[in-house]
Amino acid sequence: MSQHEISLTVNGAAVKKTVEARTLLVHFIRENLELTGTHIGCDTTSCGACTVVLNGKPVKSCTVFAVQANGATLQTIEGVAPDGKLHPVQEGFWEKHGLQCGFCTPGMIMTAKSLLEKNKAPTEQEIREGISGNICRCTGYNKIVEAIQYAAAKLEEAR
Amino acid sequence: MIPASFDYHAPRTLDEAIALLRQNEGAKVLAGGQSLIPAMRFRLAQPEVLVDINGLTQLDYIKQQSGYLAIGAMTREAALEEAALIQQSYVLLLDTAKVVADPLVRQRATVGGNLAHADPANDHPATMLAYGASVVARGPSGERVIGIDQFFTGLFECALVPNEILTEIRIPTPGPGSGGAYLKIERKVGDYAVTGVAVQLTLSGNICKSIRIGLTNVNPTPMRALGAEQRLTGQALTDEALEAAGQSAAAECSPSADLRGSEEYKRDLTRVVLKRAVRLAQSRVKGSN
Repeated sequence: MSQHEISLTVNGAAVKKTVEARTLLVHFIRENLELTGTHIGCDTTSCGACTVVLNGKPVKSCTVFAVQANGATLQTIEGVAPDGKLHPVQEGFWEKHGLQCGFCTPGMIMTAKSLLEKNKAPTEQEIREGISGNICRCTGYNKIVEAIQYAAAKLEEAR
Repeated sequence: MIPASFDYHAPRTLDEAIALLRQNEGAKVLAGGQSLIPAMRFRLAQPEVLVDINGLTQLDYIKQQSGYLAIGAMTREAALEEAALIQQSYVLLLDTAKVVADPLVRQRATVGGNLAHADPANDHPATMLAYGASVVARGPSGERVIGIDQFFTGLFECALVPNEILTEIRIPTPGPGSGGAYLKIERKVGDYAVTGVAVQLTLSGNICKSIRIGLTNVNPTPMRALGAEQRLTGQALTDEALEAAGQSAAAECSPSADLRGSEEYKRDLTRVVLKRAVRLAQSRVKGSN
């Protein structure tokens, strides 16, 4: 069994922990850091409920080992509205009813946020392609797309 | 699901990585991890040692060299989609990069890993077969270049020996009159292909001067549809010639029945998709109508 000390920045704060090499990043986030907003939906790299932003990129945290995040900057859903004011993407999900059961929502928000950072005015098709790695089993995709469109417009206003 | 225990190493240089593979028999190279980590979670793979090469950022590049495109093995799939060079001159590769797994997986998945895993359901094998690419491998005794036709040796097996690391993929730069396309039929984003066809061809007027065709997930190993290529080489691309090529590919491949369809269905779909892919490649030849 190999143990490794890792240091990383999580939602702006420095974290130092010892992890077993086989610990998946999602388990580290939920169990060691007790940040349970990141969900486990499928365990098969299919659903995207565990999406986090690692070094600026949206990734499935069930398919990265925690030890690989040594030295990284990590953002989870808990870091999206640090001062309690909703991020425009979160606000979009609230305003446009972008969730039903809410299980996929943290992953959807992390993906949508990354998408809008790269493409400020995505078309509906680009949004649908952008979230195609995230599954909503309530199949509330139309409302999720509207939520992301709302956020894109809101972010545009702020510029 | 939690993988079995393993020892973990994160080398900073290629030599260090190769030395680690040499010292640890049965060690596996961890590239993007988007196939290996799921396999480890299911305990389909239980390597005792992982050599994580994500720190080898020197293997992350896309460069036009004289006569070929060089792609570092650790180049992420997402980087292919965004590279202007690929958007302009390597349309078959661009098609492929857009349909590998899903956008989140493509942030970590690597081109080298996609090939070295030698999964006939992966997309790059067919594409690299169609391009006539080669791969560069580094081992303790130095570097060697392996032609893609010699690379895939079996189901999940390739020509790399255990202490070698795939470092670069080389795609010959398409000449004048050439075009390419990759078409994949999938039930949903992220699922494996029901079938996929990669085509790279060169036209001289109406005549197909040369063509290479790779097939995805319809054979135990990634394969070229050699019979289909023969039926089109030196021919005008008529509907009849395309139909004959499609039928040839349907007969040459060896798909297995699964949830994605029966053997017969996959063969017939391969016939149809091959025709579409050739037509799409043809339409992309510069100066063609």
